[in-house]
Amino acid sequence: MPELSYREAVRDALATAMRADEDVFLMGEDIAEMGGSMGVTQGLYEEFGSERVRNTPISEMAIVGAGIGAAMQGMRPVVEIMYEDFLTLSLEQIVNQAAKHRYMSGGQIKVPLTIRTQGGAGWSPGAQHAQQLEAWLVHIPGLKVVYAASPADARGLLYSAIYDDNPVIFFEHRLLYPVKGDVPETLEPIPLGKARVVREGTDVTVIATGPLVHRALEAARVAGAEGISVEVVDPRTLQPLDTDTLVDSVKKTNRAVVAHEAVTRMGFGAEVAAVLQEKAFDWLDAPIERVGAKFAPLAFAPAMEQFVVPQPADVLAAIGKTLGRA
Amino acid sequence: MAKVEKKRALSDDRLRDFLREMLLIRRFEEKVEERFRAGELPGFLHVAIGQEAAEVGVCAAMEDGDVFGSTHRAHGHTLARGTHPNALMAELYGKIEGCSHGYGGSMHLYDVERGNLGANAVVGGGLPSLVGAGLAFKLRDEPRVAVAFFGDGATNTGTFHESLNLAQLWQTKTLFVCENNEWAESTPGWQHSPVFDDMSKRALAYDMHSIKVDGQDVEKVYAKASEALDYVRSGAGPVFLDVETYRMHGHYIGDPQVYRSKEDRDEAAERDPIVRLREKLQVSSEDWQTLEDEVHGIVEGAVEFAKNGTDPQPEDALKNVYA
Repeated sequence: MPELSYREAVRDALATAMRADEDVFLMGEDIAEMGGSMGVTQGLYEEFGSERVRNTPISEMAIVGAGIGAAMQGMRPVVEIMYEDFLTLSLEQIVNQAAKHRYMSGGQIKVPLTIRTQGGAGWSPGAQHAQQLEAWLVHIPGLKVVYAASPADARGLLYSAIYDDNPVIFFEHRLLYPVKGDVPETLEPIPLGKARVVREGTDVTVIATGPLVHRALEAARVAGAEGISVEVVDPRTLQPLDTDTLVDSVKKTNRAVVAHEAVTRMGFGAEVAAVLQEKAFDWLDAPIERVGAKFAPLAFAPAMEQFVVPQPADVLAAIGKTLGRA
Repeated sequence: MAKVEKKRALSDDRLRDFLREMLLIRRFEEKVEERFRAGELPGFLHVAIGQEAAEVGVCAAMEDGDVFGSTHRAHGHTLARGTHPNALMAELYGKIEGCSHGYGGSMHLYDVERGNLGANAVVGGGLPSLVGAGLAFKLRDEPRVAVAFFGDGATNTGTFHESLNLAQLWQTKTLFVCENNEWAESTPGWQHSPVFDDMSKRALAYDMHSIKVDGQDVEKVYAKASEALDYVRSGAGPVFLDVETYRMHGHYIGDPQVYRSKEDRDEAAERDPIVRLREKLQVSSEDWQTLEDEVHGIVEGAVEFAKNGTDPQPEDALKNVYA
């Protein structure tokens, strides 16, 4: 099985789709010669040319909107928004336009648009370059939302996102780009809406997204040494949510921790906790614990940033709480 | 060239067709006002009375395969591009037979078969997608044009500026039709734009070819729109069509227009494009009555059709969220 970095995996999904299909093309700021500010699209301009790897002005509304219009004509554009903080600039187009054309037209229109973006703390960019805003998007009917944590998932899910007939917001995490992992020999699309049991366990389920999957695995290893068996489940697609897999896991372990890097309060984890109490209340032996960022913008100074953002120790502490070992 | 010549030399018959279309739109919208006031129509409605020449002139110049996006004031564009009055009226009544099957309403009229990619209730919100459609036509080398209708108020939105910039930069097959009706809701042009008396200056900033036309003269609108569409279709780049028109009624149905003087409204009536065309064609009273009767029948038929339409089931609200 070949190994790819998360960055290479994203790039491979794009290149594979573009080689097979003229309708797939890219738009974004600095994605051509420079290869994207995160280096994800490196080499694609050389392979596919300027018509299909389109450097854009700094115009998030127009880039997303142009993607919507091309998608409505049956193309499959992939738009890159350099930082998800800048997604806020294009939210009108995403929320009022992309998400609603199909509905408002009574089913006449499809918008097969993929919007890739990235964020994430851990490198002291301050408050406007590392937010985790997925909770804003999962709240909007008509959008699909994906957050991949591993190279294999990034590749298989992005390919499916490109070929989904709905607008898909695809979140990547900056710190995951160099992370390597095994991927199938040839690209195997991973269906949207399917969670992955990353690690099996019996005492407690940690439902985690993005970098928290990795931090949960770290916590699980430490807990394992103390005789606690932790199951880690990654929803991968946040909308639609694979509630069955999450609920089945919690029914098995009877305890749940929900973990993401985004701010805890009103976060995606709150919805997961609500779903679990609705569907698995009688199986729960302890209150559901939530792990996420503290309620503050991201500070610049590393000590403050690290304090705000959830670390493996925070996941471990939450696991302990569910087991009454706080 | 022959085709172009033919298109632009308008016969009296063709102009009479335009008059009929304009009158149909006028009477349709007056009926909408009447039925809304009678409490029959849900929602929020905006008519474009006074702007019929702009709508009919541009829409008549478009070709099959062209697409467009409109605004919250979209009844005229929708009818002028061939959506049946019955389907439009049924939409306003919230019926399944409506052109958006009851999911859209007046501000979200769609008819994809006729190129209507949606009326938009966010001012300026629809423009970027017409740049994208024009980009798709360019990438696929298709002789089609994406037409973006918007008002003068939209020229102050971020989407407008980003869209013009991107379209010109990439030479997309997009026609920007600015229907300058001199009002952004209750705010007159002079209060909202430093270039309200010459909107084409907006295009100048992006080095975009612009064409100005008297929007109350359907013959001129048709000629200039044809010229603009030919230019865009040929791949020469996008065009900004600056159509100077006038909104004779309020922003929405029921708008008391406290912001508008009586003199202004009187002046508006003098700029009625339908009166102008009728005079130009010297339509006799008899012919006019025949036309009125025909249009009346169509509009009454549309109301009848809509009232007899099918109400969606409440749970239909959960359909069409995803493809």
